[in-house]
Amino acid sequence: MAQRRTRSSTNRSTGTGVLDRRRLSAWGEQHREIAVTTLRRMLQQPLNTLMTVAAVAIALALPAALVVALDNVKRLGGDWQRSATVSVFLGSRVDEAQGAQLRQRLAQLPEVETVALISRAEGLSEFRDYSGLSSALDQLTENPLPVVLELQLYPAALKPAQLEPFIDRIEQLPEVDFLREDARWAQRFQAILALLRAGVSLLALLLGLGVLLVIGNSIRLEIESRRDEIRIMGLVGATARFARRRFLYIGAWYGLFGGALAAVLVTLMVWLLAAQAAPLEALYHRTFDIHGLGPAGIGALLLGSSLLGIAGSWIAVGRHLDLCDDR
Amino acid sequence: MIRFEHVNKRYPERGEALKDLSFELAAGEMAFLTGHSGAGKSTLLKLIGLIERPTRGQVVVDGRSIGDLPRRRIPFHRRRIGMIFQDHRLLNDRTVYDNVALPLAITGMPNRDIGRRVRAALDQVGLLAFERAHPVALSGGEQQRVGIARAIVGRPPIILADEPTGNLDPELASEIYDLFERFHEVGVTLMIATHDQERISRMAYRILRLHQGRLIADSGNW
Repeated sequence: MAQRRTRSSTNRSTGTGVLDRRRLSAWGEQHREIAVTTLRRMLQQPLNTLMTVAAVAIALALPAALVVALDNVKRLGGDWQRSATVSVFLGSRVDEAQGAQLRQRLAQLPEVETVALISRAEGLSEFRDYSGLSSALDQLTENPLPVVLELQLYPAALKPAQLEPFIDRIEQLPEVDFLREDARWAQRFQAILALLRAGVSLLALLLGLGVLLVIGNSIRLEIESRRDEIRIMGLVGATARFARRRFLYIGAWYGLFGGALAAVLVTLMVWLLAAQAAPLEALYHRTFDIHGLGPAGIGALLLGSSLLGIAGSWIAVGRHLDLCDDR
Repeated sequence: MIRFEHVNKRYPERGEALKDLSFELAAGEMAFLTGHSGAGKSTLLKLIGLIERPTRGQVVVDGRSIGDLPRRRIPFHRRRIGMIFQDHRLLNDRTVYDNVALPLAITGMPNRDIGRRVRAALDQVGLLAFERAHPVALSGGEQQRVGIARAIVGRPPIILADEPTGNLDPELASEIYDLFERFHEVGVTLMIATHDQERISRMAYRILRLHQGRLIADSGNW
C-alpha cells in the first residue's frame, strides 16, 4: 500500500498526473453518462421495468417485513425483560419479621437490584381486589397467603449462565417455599426469537437468490435485445469491461428501485398495522409503538438491493455477453 | 502491414472458405479484393480484424502474428483497424454524432476531445450538417459515409471495407472511392473487397482475385 502510494506520487511529479486526472474525469463523465442513458432507456420501457422492479420489491419486502416484525417483538420483549422479576414465596411459618431479615440479606447480593416485601395482609388485599372473591375471603379466619419477596434483578444477571445458579441458590434457602420467575420465561422468549431470526435469515438468503435470478433474467433479455449494438461495439474495439458497464448499471438500477419500492411497501404495512393496534392498546392499557425500518434499515435495504442487482447482472453478463460473436 | 502465410480457414458447416492463401500488403498500400460472392473475400477481411481465426497458417498485422493474440487483447487490435461494411452496421437509435463517436468513447477519451475528432471525421465525409440526425433519416450513401467516418475517427493505420458500395448507385459509389483515395494519399493501408470489376479496372491499384478460397490472380505491388 505504502509502495503504491509512493509510485503514484512519483508519477505525478513526472507530469503524467495531469493526464491521469483528465482520464479520471473522462471516466467519471462516462459513468455519469451511462447512469443517465441506462435510466432513460429503462423509463422508455416502463412496463418491463415496472415488472422487474415489482418482482424484486416483493421478494425483498417479505424478509424486510419479517425483520421489522422481529425487531418490534424483540423491543416488546425487552420491556418485559426489564420488568422480569423473581417472586420468592416464603414458607407459611415464616412471618413478616423473618421475611424482612431475608430481604436485607438478599438485597446484598450482586445480582439483585431491588427487593420489595409484600406482607401477608398486602397480599390478601391485592388478591381480594384482583379475584373478586372478597366475600368468600371474608369467611377465612386466618390469612393463608405467605410473605412474598419480589426481586428485581440486574439485566446482566438474566443470562442463563448467571440466572440458573442464582435461582438454585435462592431455592435452597430454608425460609423459601418456592419461586416463580418471569426471567426464565423471558429467556425462553429470547431463544425462540433467536430461532426465528435464523429462520428469517435463511428466508432472506433464499429470496435474495430469487432477486439475483430475476435481475439476471432481465439483464439476459436486455443483452438479447441489444445483440446488434454489442456486436458493433465489439467490432470497433470495445473491451468486455466497457460493454459490461451499462448492464451492471441497469442491474444496479433494478436493485435500487426494487429496494426503494420494498421500503415503501414495508412502511405502508407498518402504518396499516399501527392503525390496527389501537384496539389492542385499549385492551392492555398501554401503547404499542410499532417501529418501521428506520433510516439505517432503509439505507441497508437500498445498499443491499443495489449490490444484489449488480451481482445478478454480473452473472448474466458473464454468461451471455460475447463481444466477438459475429453471427 | 498485412501478411498472410499459407492461411486456411475451414468452417464446420460449409467447408474450406480459404485455401493456402499467401500475400503481403505493404504499409500505405491500397488494394482491391475481388471474386464472386462466396469466394472468401469477407472471410479474409474477418481474419485480419480477428472476427475469425485461421484454421491453419499465420496472419501477421503490423509485424505481429495475431493468431495467438489472447481474447482480451482483441479489442486493442481492432482499434487499429477501421472496418466498413456493406450494411453500414450503424446504431439506429443513436445520432450520427454518437455513432461516429463510439470508437473513441470506448477508449475513455474525454468528451471535449471526442467532439473535435468526430466533427473532423464528419467534415471529411461531408456530413457535418447531419450530426444530430439519426441514421434512418439518411440516404444509403449518407449512411455509408457515416460508417466511413466511424472507421476513420480513431485514425487507424488500416482500413478494411467489405462491399462498401454494394447498394449504391454509381455516382455515390464514385464519391466513396474518392474518399478512399484520399485516405490512401495520407498513408492509410486500405483493403477493399468488391465485385465491381468495371470500377477497379479503371482505378490503377493492386487487385487480389479470389476464386473458391484460392488466390488466383495478384496484379502485384505497384
